[in-house]
Amino acid sequence: MTVPAWQLNCPVEFDESSDRITLAHGEGARLTRRLIDEQICPRFSSLPLGALPDAAHLNTTGRRIAVTTDSFVVSPLFFPGGDIGSLAVHGTVNDLAVSGAVPKWITLSLILEEGLPIPILSRVLDSVARAAAECCVEVVAGDTKVVPRGAADGMFLNTTGIGELIDPVPPGPQAIEPGDVVLISGPIGRHGIAVLCAREELAFDPPPESDAASLIDVVAMLRDSAGTKLRAVRDATRGGVSAVLHEWAAACGHSFQLTESQLPVSRDVRGASELLGLDPLHIACEGVLVAAIAPEASEAAVAGLRSLPMSTHAASVGTAGTSQLSSVTIQRTLGQRQPVDEPTGALLPRIC
Amino acid sequence: MCLGVPGQVVEWLDRDPVFGRASIEFDGVRRVCHMACVPDAEIGEFVVVHAGIAISRIDADAAERLLDELRQFDIDDDGLVPTDPLTDAETRL
Amino acid sequence: MKYVDEFRDSGSARRLVEDIRRTATRRWVLMEVCGGQTHSLLRHGIEEELRDTVELIHGPGCPVCVTPADDIDFAQQLALRDGVTLASFGDMLRVPGSRRSLLDVRADGGRVRIVYSPLDAVALAQKNPDQHVVFFAVGFETTAPATALAALQARELGLHNFSLLVSHVRVQPAMEALMISPGNCVQGFLAAGHVCTITGFDSYREFVERFGVPVAVTGFEPIDLLEGIRDCVQQLEAGHAMVTNQYERSVRRDGNEYAQNAVNRVYEIEDCPWRGFGVIPQGGYRLRTEFEQFDARARFLFNAGSVVASNERNDCPAADVLAGRLRPNECPHFGIHCTPDSPLGAPMVSSEGACAAYFRYRTVTPESVSPEEAAT
Repeated sequence: MTVPAWQLNCPVEFDESSDRITLAHGEGARLTRRLIDEQICPRFSSLPLGALPDAAHLNTTGRRIAVTTDSFVVSPLFFPGGDIGSLAVHGTVNDLAVSGAVPKWITLSLILEEGLPIPILSRVLDSVARAAAECCVEVVAGDTKVVPRGAADGMFLNTTGIGELIDPVPPGPQAIEPGDVVLISGPIGRHGIAVLCAREELAFDPPPESDAASLIDVVAMLRDSAGTKLRAVRDATRGGVSAVLHEWAAACGHSFQLTESQLPVSRDVRGASELLGLDPLHIACEGVLVAAIAPEASEAAVAGLRSLPMSTHAASVGTAGTSQLSSVTIQRTLGQRQPVDEPTGALLPRIC
Repeated sequence: MCLGVPGQVVEWLDRDPVFGRASIEFDGVRRVCHMACVPDAEIGEFVVVHAGIAISRIDADAAERLLDELRQFDIDDDGLVPTDPLTDAETRL
Repeated sequence: MKYVDEFRDSGSARRLVEDIRRTATRRWVLMEVCGGQTHSLLRHGIEEELRDTVELIHGPGCPVCVTPADDIDFAQQLALRDGVTLASFGDMLRVPGSRRSLLDVRADGGRVRIVYSPLDAVALAQKNPDQHVVFFAVGFETTAPATALAALQARELGLHNFSLLVSHVRVQPAMEALMISPGNCVQGFLAAGHVCTITGFDSYREFVERFGVPVAVTGFEPIDLLEGIRDCVQQLEAGHAMVTNQYERSVRRDGNEYAQNAVNRVYEIEDCPWRGFGVIPQGGYRLRTEFEQFDARARFLFNAGSVVASNERNDCPAADVLAGRLRPNECPHFGIHCTPDSPLGAPMVSSEGACAAYFRYRTVTPESVSPEEAAT
C-alpha cells in the first residue's frame, strides 16, 4: 500500500494502532473538547484551560496594527528543514515583518483529515509551539474541523497574524524609482526544491533543506541600515523572486533588470535545478526577502544584512529601470537581456 | 528532454550488469544513478546522466583540449586563426 | 558546476562569436535538431548575437512535440483505468492529445505520476504490487537505453505489473526526410550531441555524402554550440561536407556500445508517425515480441472510438515550425492567440518546443523597444 504523501519523512514513530482523528473530533462536543484539552491547550499557555472563549482579548500598545492571513496546504507535511507547523508560523510572522510590523499574536485553525494519526498532530503542534516561542508570538485563538478521509491530505492549517506597526513603515512598491537597487537576502529556491524533492522522492543525498525561517531579525537590520531609503520589502514565497518583481513592476510601472551572475544560489539548489530543468528565480523560498532600496543606501544595507547569520549571502542583484518590453529582465551569458516570465507553477504545486 | 548533466562518480553500490548503480554527485547533491551503460566508470570520473542513467564517461582530456584552445584566444593577438577543417575532420573521425 | 560552468564562460563565448563573424563571407543557414540545443541557443543569446552571420533553423528535435496525439490519448485512457498508474516525464504533462492533456486527466482523478527516470517507474511497480505501472516512454535515442534498461530490469525482477507505452523516435530518419522535402534550405547541421553519445556518428558519413552538407556533432552549452556553428561555417566557407565531432568529451565515433546493446535487445526499428509530419520510415522503435509482456499496447486496448474529434487547431502550423520552414515569430498567432498559457499546438506547450523557447527567451534589445516606450 502506498504511504500517504503526508506521511513521507514523518519523524514520528507510530504504530498502526495509534489513536486517530475521527469525524467526531470535529463535532464541537466531548471529543473536540478532549482534543483541545489534551493536544492544544498544554502547548499554548496563552489559551485558558477549560472553557475557551469565542474570541481572544488582546492588549495592544496603541500603535496601528497589521493583520495578515495565510493557509498552509504543503505536501508532504514533513520535509527537510521544517514541517507544516513551523512553516505556518514562519510564513505568518514574515508577512507581518515585511509589512513593517512586530508580530505579536497568531490564530491557528486546523482542518484535519479523518484518519490522521494523533501522534502526527502532536508533532506538528509541538513544531508550531516551538516556532512561536522562537518568534516571540503567542497563539491566542484557534479552531478545529475534521473533514472526511481524502479531503485534506493529512491536514491543512490556516493562520491569522497580528502585529504592531513600527514607523517609519516602508512605503511599498509604488514608491520604487528608476535606479533603485534590488537586494536579495539569501540563496533562492531552497524551499521549493526541498519540498519537491521530498514529495516526488527524488532521492537526492543529502536531501535539500528548506530555508523556512523567521525573517524578523533580517527585516529589522534592513530597516535600521536603510531607514527611509527602503522603498519596499517582501518575502519571496510561491513563485519565487520572479513573482515578487512582477507584482512590484505592476505596482510602480517600472521594470527590473537583473544580472544572473549576481543571484545567490546555493550549490544544492543549482545541482537539483540543473537536473530537473528548473529556474531558481521561479522557485519558492520561505526565508528570503527581496527589497528595493535607493541606490545611496544599498551598500550599507547589504553590509548590514551580511553581518547576520541568516543573510550572509545577501547581494544586490539588479536595478529598477524605465519600462521596457518586459517587466522583469535578466542578463545572461552573452550579455543579452531576456525577459523573466511569470512562473506558471503547474509542476510545483502544494509547495506552501 | 535530452537534458544530460555531468556528475562525479562518488561510490559504486552495485556492479551487476543490469542493476549496476552508483552514487553520483552534482554540485552538492548526490543521487543514485544507473550505470549499466558505463560499467567501467571509475570513482572520481565524471559521467553524463540523462533520465537517471549514465550515458557516457566524460573524456577529461578532450574537455581540457577544448578549454586550452579557448585560452589561446588570450594569447593570440588577433584571435585564433581558423584551423583547416579538412585536417581537423580527418583527425576527429 | 564542473563541465558546465567552463563551457558557459562569456569571455570565450564572445571570442568564438567574433571568430565566426570573421570567418563567414555570407550568411549561412544551419539547423539544430535537438530541443535542448534550441533552448540553450535562445537562453544564452547566441541566436540573437549571430543573426547577421547565421540563420539558425530550429528542427523537430522536441520529442514531446512530435509524440502522436493518439499516443497521448492512449496514455490518458490508461491513467483513468482502475488499478493503473501512468508514470511519465514531467514535460509530457501539459501537452494536449486530441483534446486534453495528462494534467487535465490528473485533475479528473486519473493516476498520473511524474518520475525523473523510467527506472523510478520500475521501483514504483515493485513497491505497489496492486497497481499496474505504465511508463510513457517518449524521447529520442538518448532516452531509449533508459527505457530499454527498465524493461530488462522488470524482466529480471519477474514483474507482472509493469509495462511501457513506447513512443520513441529516431533523429536521423527525420533529418533525411527534411532534406528531401520541398523548400528545404538547410546548408549544415548541428547534430544532437546526446543522441550521438548513444549512437555514435558513423551513420552520418552516408548522410553527408548523399546530401553534401556538413554535420557537426554538437553539445549543449554555449561554448559547445558555438564550436559546432563555427565548424559548420568553416566547412561551408571551404566547400567541405564532412562529419566532425565538436562534443568530444561525451561523444565517441562508435557511441556507447552498452547502451546500443540494451536498445537492440529490447527494441526493433519501425516506421513511425511523427505528429505534424506523417510517417517517417524507420522513424521509431517498437518492443520486440519477446518483451510483449512489457508492452502496454499488447496488454491494454486503446479505445480509438472513444476519442473525441481532435481539438487541434488546423491553423497551428506546427509541421512548418518543426521542419524549420516557419520561424515561431513568423506565425500569425505567435504571442497573440498562442502563448505558453494558452497554446494552440505542441511547439508552444512543450518547454523545449521552438515556439515556447522563442517566447520565453525573446531578447530585449534597444531595437525591439518602440519609440513610445523608449521615450518613457
